[in-house]
Amino acid sequence: MDNYLNNLLLAIPLAPLGGAVLAGLFGKYIKRAGSHWVTILGVAVSFVCAVLVFKYLVLEGKHGDKYETTVYQWLVSDGIRFQVGFLIDRLTMVMMLVVTFVSLMVHIYTIGYMKDDPGYQRFFSYIALFTFSMLMLVMSNNFMQLFFGWEAVGLVSYLLIGFWFKKETAIFANLKAFLVNRVGDFGFILGIAAVLLYAGSMDYNEVFAFAANKGFDNKTIEIIPGTPWSAITVICILLFIGAMGKSAQVPLHVWLPDSMEGPTPISALIHAATMVTAGIFMVARMSPLYIESEVALMVVLSVGAITALFMGLLGLVQNDIKRVVAYSTLSQLGYMTVALGTGAFAAGIFHLMTHAFFKALLFLAAGSVIIAMHHEQDMRKMGNLKKYMPITYITSLVGSLALIGFPFFSGFYSKDVIIEATHHLAQHNGTLVAKLAYYSVLGGVFITALYSFRMFFMVFHGTERMDEHTRSHLRETPWVVTGPLILLAIPSVFIGAMVIHPMLFGGFFGGAIKAPAGYDVLADIGKSYHGVFGFTLHGMLQPPFFLALAGIATAWYFILKRPDLGAAVRTRFRALAGLLEQKYYFDHLYQYVFAAGGRLIGRFFWRVGDVRLIDGAMVNGSARVVAWFSGLVRRFQSGYLFHYAIAIILGLLGMLTWLVWPLIKGVVHGV
Amino acid sequence: MTEIGLNHFLFLAAVLFCISVAGIFINRKNLIVLLMCIELMLLAVNLNFIAFSYYSATLSGQVFVFFILTVAAAEAAIGLAILVTLYRNRRTINVSDLDEMKG
Repeated sequence: MDNYLNNLLLAIPLAPLGGAVLAGLFGKYIKRAGSHWVTILGVAVSFVCAVLVFKYLVLEGKHGDKYETTVYQWLVSDGIRFQVGFLIDRLTMVMMLVVTFVSLMVHIYTIGYMKDDPGYQRFFSYIALFTFSMLMLVMSNNFMQLFFGWEAVGLVSYLLIGFWFKKETAIFANLKAFLVNRVGDFGFILGIAAVLLYAGSMDYNEVFAFAANKGFDNKTIEIIPGTPWSAITVICILLFIGAMGKSAQVPLHVWLPDSMEGPTPISALIHAATMVTAGIFMVARMSPLYIESEVALMVVLSVGAITALFMGLLGLVQNDIKRVVAYSTLSQLGYMTVALGTGAFAAGIFHLMTHAFFKALLFLAAGSVIIAMHHEQDMRKMGNLKKYMPITYITSLVGSLALIGFPFFSGFYSKDVIIEATHHLAQHNGTLVAKLAYYSVLGGVFITALYSFRMFFMVFHGTERMDEHTRSHLRETPWVVTGPLILLAIPSVFIGAMVIHPMLFGGFFGGAIKAPAGYDVLADIGKSYHGVFGFTLHGMLQPPFFLALAGIATAWYFILKRPDLGAAVRTRFRALAGLLEQKYYFDHLYQYVFAAGGRLIGRFFWRVGDVRLIDGAMVNGSARVVAWFSGLVRRFQSGYLFHYAIAIILGLLGMLTWLVWPLIKGVVHGV
Repeated sequence: MTEIGLNHFLFLAAVLFCISVAGIFINRKNLIVLLMCIELMLLAVNLNFIAFSYYSATLSGQVFVFFILTVAAAEAAIGLAILVTLYRNRRTINVSDLDEMKG
């Protein structure tokens, strides 16, 4: 036991929680300034503690690979421990640093963004509560706490999407997010239940040890009688369904674009940088399980590849600045999932980290634009903002370049490794899935560059399309907004080159992330890795780089050079454009099949189950039976003495007979 | 001529009892008849007591009879008193008119 470390670890989640409670319950008394100070202080303490933990465990190398501690044991039931505990290994530390840093930036930024909002204190309370939940999720050492964090971030996400609860669309969006996440969470909890069933424990260490000792081998599960499935595959896929909900993978992605109804800071914090990556983190955390099942990895790979390519395409037709970034987030989450599917879990986490920085940056930059434009989000009404907002312009450029994977920017390294990983996997096992995944992520690079720079050019270059009133008020946003942009731009540029070597090839993660036993794709890439510089030069000769350049060029040509062409293309490919504008009809499908079907079933249960059976038969029915019976019995009460007398006599006779009967029987039988 | 034994007494008592029960049920006219029937019922029981007491040669049965007679006298007095009050209130002692004993 290490008291210094334990205290630090406790402070990390509790500081934001304390801030959330203070701002949430006493917001009226501590006023606006008080509530942003208290929450920012909480998150800052959390960030500093995370840095200290990093220094203590990694730089000073105490406690070796990982440190585990139990904070509180809730109960033990049948040998299964339910507890709150922390498992701090390298994976956790990366997540802790990313979450607390981005959260801190977003907290500061919020001061500027929500300046005039009546729900100021509530907002700060929510985002601090989110930080707490997310930290509980990533620091957990058992499935129960993981699930707690998982649901808590979902709850806060729900609250924040519907933050402007008077807005009809926001309410629709938060309900949608909640319901779609329920689907994923259902799979997730089934997965946890299956883990408990087979491994008999909720503890990560015990479950992973069980998996490592081949405990899952030859275990099968028959969900449909007669077709035994490998238990580990079922567990992994169920857990992945949870990840699909949280990390918005096809087909459970529909909630994420709509979640942009919430305020921009939470789009940056929750729906881009941290919460949506919880699924990626979870799969990486469960890597000791996933490596046991090749089928599950294939599923992960294909879902990720589909998401990466097709969600990127949707970004091309959006005109709402936040929605473009939202679809880009979906697509990038697809990339991370692809990385997980190839078995390069570390690459997924690497991309998660770089993405957290540059996507939070992009979202906050979009928010900065939105503030300047007086909450106008339509890119068709912007243009040439670089003249008015230089800092936002530069930081957006940095974010966009990082996003498309331009050499030397952070996204370049993480994305290139993922593409390399699919390429190696496709060459190694030659399966169709791997090949298609490779082409998907490759195509995705072009798409990413296209939509990113379409947005970038539409917003910051070209003609000024805003009205006169807005133009006259256009100016750079205050330092609380630009400060976080600059602070996020720094890691967006450098973090990739800095950490690629230790994180991917240097064994930074140690035992936290396992590699598949059969084919370790990262190790294979690592063989040809000779330093950051070599990797960068090599990447500049590869197709992704040229595809990204082609994407920028195409965007430039269509938006700046020939703005008239876009409409022509649209009419030419009307069917395709319609398909994209309707988002592949996923919303329609869900709306008309699942939502309407659910309502139909609900109506059936209401009309038949509730109105007829419960109200009609059971409640009113029993009353009616009592009324009928008492009506019958009432007839006996005539008021005449002789009727009562005869009832007494008959009753007496009956009772005597009953009492005396055994005696008579005894006499008859001669006893 | 057969000698009169216990069975004859019991039979007589049973007959008296049945008559009184029937009187209670069948009588729809006079409340006094009802009271008389109850008296008769008690007498039938008394007869049983005396017969058993005589044939088993124990006196306790006859002691019981005294008690019952006392109670019966008291009961008759109370019954008649109620009857008088009833008559004052309702101007009738006709059994079929008294149908108010219901909720």
